[in-house]
Amino acid sequence: MNTSSSVGSRFVLETKRFFVNNAVTILFVLIGLAGLKISGLSLPFFLDDIINRVARNGFLVLSLIIPVLAGLGLNFAVVLGAMAGQTAIIMATHWGIGGFWGIMFCAAVSFPFAYVMGMLTGKLLNRTRGKEMITTLILGFFANGIYQLVYLILVGTLIPMKNEVLVLSSKVGLRTTIDLTGGLKFGLDNLLKIPLSLFSLLMGVVLIAVALFRFFRARKAQLAKNSSTIALVAGIVFGVALAVWGVVQMRSQTMFSFLKVPAATFAVIGLLCLFIKVFTATKLGHDMNTVGQDGHIAEISGIATDRIRVTAMIMSTVLAAWGQIIFLQNMGTFSTYGAHENVGMFAIASLLIGGASVAKATIGQALIGTLLFHTMFIVSPLAGRALFGDAQLGEFFRSFVAYAVIGLSLALHSWKKQMQGKLK
Amino acid sequence: MTQENKSNADGFSQRVQKAVRQFGAPRLIIIGFLFSLWLSALALKIPLPALLSDTLVRLGMNTVLTLAMLPSIVGGTSLFFGLPLGIICGLLGGVTAIELNLRGFPAFGGAILIALPLAIIVGLGYGWLMNRVKGSEMTVGTYIGFAFVSLMSFGWVTLPFKNPEMAWAIGKGVRVTVSLQGRFNNILNDFLQFSIAGVKIPTGALLFLAFMCLLVWLFLRSRLGLAMRFAGMNPKFAEASGINVNKMRVLGIVISTVLGAVGILVYAQGFGFLQLYQAPMYMGFIAAAAILIGGASLKSAKISHVILGTFLFQGILVAALPVANTVATLGSLAEISRAIISNGIILYALAQKGGEA
Repeated sequence: MNTSSSVGSRFVLETKRFFVNNAVTILFVLIGLAGLKISGLSLPFFLDDIINRVARNGFLVLSLIIPVLAGLGLNFAVVLGAMAGQTAIIMATHWGIGGFWGIMFCAAVSFPFAYVMGMLTGKLLNRTRGKEMITTLILGFFANGIYQLVYLILVGTLIPMKNEVLVLSSKVGLRTTIDLTGGLKFGLDNLLKIPLSLFSLLMGVVLIAVALFRFFRARKAQLAKNSSTIALVAGIVFGVALAVWGVVQMRSQTMFSFLKVPAATFAVIGLLCLFIKVFTATKLGHDMNTVGQDGHIAEISGIATDRIRVTAMIMSTVLAAWGQIIFLQNMGTFSTYGAHENVGMFAIASLLIGGASVAKATIGQALIGTLLFHTMFIVSPLAGRALFGDAQLGEFFRSFVAYAVIGLSLALHSWKKQMQGKLK
Repeated sequence: MTQENKSNADGFSQRVQKAVRQFGAPRLIIIGFLFSLWLSALALKIPLPALLSDTLVRLGMNTVLTLAMLPSIVGGTSLFFGLPLGIICGLLGGVTAIELNLRGFPAFGGAILIALPLAIIVGLGYGWLMNRVKGSEMTVGTYIGFAFVSLMSFGWVTLPFKNPEMAWAIGKGVRVTVSLQGRFNNILNDFLQFSIAGVKIPTGALLFLAFMCLLVWLFLRSRLGLAMRFAGMNPKFAEASGINVNKMRVLGIVISTVLGAVGILVYAQGFGFLQLYQAPMYMGFIAAAAILIGGASLKSAKISHVILGTFLFQGILVAALPVANTVATLGSLAEISRAIISNGIILYALAQKGGEA
């Protein structure tokens, strides 16, 4: 009797801990569900939108993970990577390179730009230790000024460029929007599109596989706890549900039958997840983690801290450049001076909503966060209209949430650190 | 003899180097840039007196906002990126004054009086938060400021203001910009205004900014002000000598918030409009850049930095536009140079060892 009550209380305790640790994420699940209900969106319409948005943004959000690992916090300077990606897109559009090979061209061309920018950012961050996040934030604004200088003023004056479609009629500066239709639009997405039902089945299988893999790894390391069993059961239940739903949909004609998923884009996102997973297990990944945990200890154990930090920034910036290319090929229209502006903020808000913090971010958090943030993105204008008769209020709410989530989670992290410092 | 000469020369070049280092390379570059703009204005036959008049008007409009950075820096909480909070309090004061149908000086004074208690309350709350996020004041402050601006956008739509000058003809809420025509438009700028050699002097605005600077200057020399400076300069030592450092940090922030509220009203009287909704969002960065250009660092600042910095920064913005427009019609150059200069100088300050720019 004694043991059973202790098992029961332990279960209660663990459930409680689960809810406390994931309070932000759970809150946003509730907000998303309520918004979905209030907005009155039909499920197929919503699914179509959310799948596209996750495909569009997933890569960018994942590009934030490596700097967090290296203790650099949330990299607001992914904006620089986005600019490198856009530079490549402008070149490809100018030379008329489109389709899948256009995307490959962009990925290759953006690499050196992003590499150099990441290196410079990393070097700057080594001079502003302890103030990394505010530095990357301001650096993003600064780089935006330089970007505008180059494309609004130097193109056509110092940089010769003749292209009536891209350049303004005054022959100086690029147009404010560039249409990628017939060029890079859907260059990656259209490589492989599969029905939603098949995608659901595949995701179900992947989910089950990941759940099993994690469980057995935890057991092998003798870390298996109740929570890992719960995670296994949850993973399998969700996985089976997705798979069964997919199979049922495959065999019937419904409103969902017309939905197509850009499988190639998801495959690329999956590859990045795999890469991050493998990378964290390499020597460099371990070193990065050590630097992130305690720079002093890393220095003593002979790790070149400064170089590791620069490497992390280079990786993040290059990934962000590719992420922006994926983003824009899906969007189809490229707002020359606006597409990159909110990249950092939206990606960071997504990551934090997924439950990440300044010091810890995982792949799962990035993916769940992207899903939740963009659910809110879709439903809030509609919910605003339904609730207050004004879609704009929903939009204000949306930007308020993005800013407040970032502000509060940074504040909470810093507060926690201060409390721990006092306890020491 | 030659030896002596050489050592003298060395001493001189060293002294020059030291002076440059103390003055700061970016400040020299910015002064050089301003002079080159003025020279090109002369060469392009753009009337200099008009440029100077505009610069003086902008100096009067922006200095109090820049001044709002100072108490926060001196009090030990670094650049005050929570400035939008103070600005919104000021805007609320301005909007309420119009709703009460005040005109002229009573409107301006009334707006300030209404804004003051709001700014003090908001400042206390913000200060409380800043004491819990020591070391991340700037990042957290930026995002709390952004969030507050978005939250107030909500507020501007829902606040029950009735005056037809401000309310939308259809629907609810306050307009995006509220005209101050017939309220307190140019109330300080036109007060005792006179011209010398074609340069219009906005006497009232300059007197007002001198008065505000004097108040802050006097405060910093009072017992309380000295304690605050001490706490900001060396928190551990101050704590040991019985000063409540956290209280001093909050005090600095409250004064900064109040100055932000007053500052936006001074700005608005010169601009002619109250800009609501998203407009306050980036104003903190402009003010931060101005005080840094003037010679402040993340940890120390003086009144002279405020005035010199605002003059240089606004001088460049005023001169860049007509010069750029004459060379080629590049309308956005002023906006672009503002983004590059303001954020560049903040980055420079961040990159200095120990925050000493």
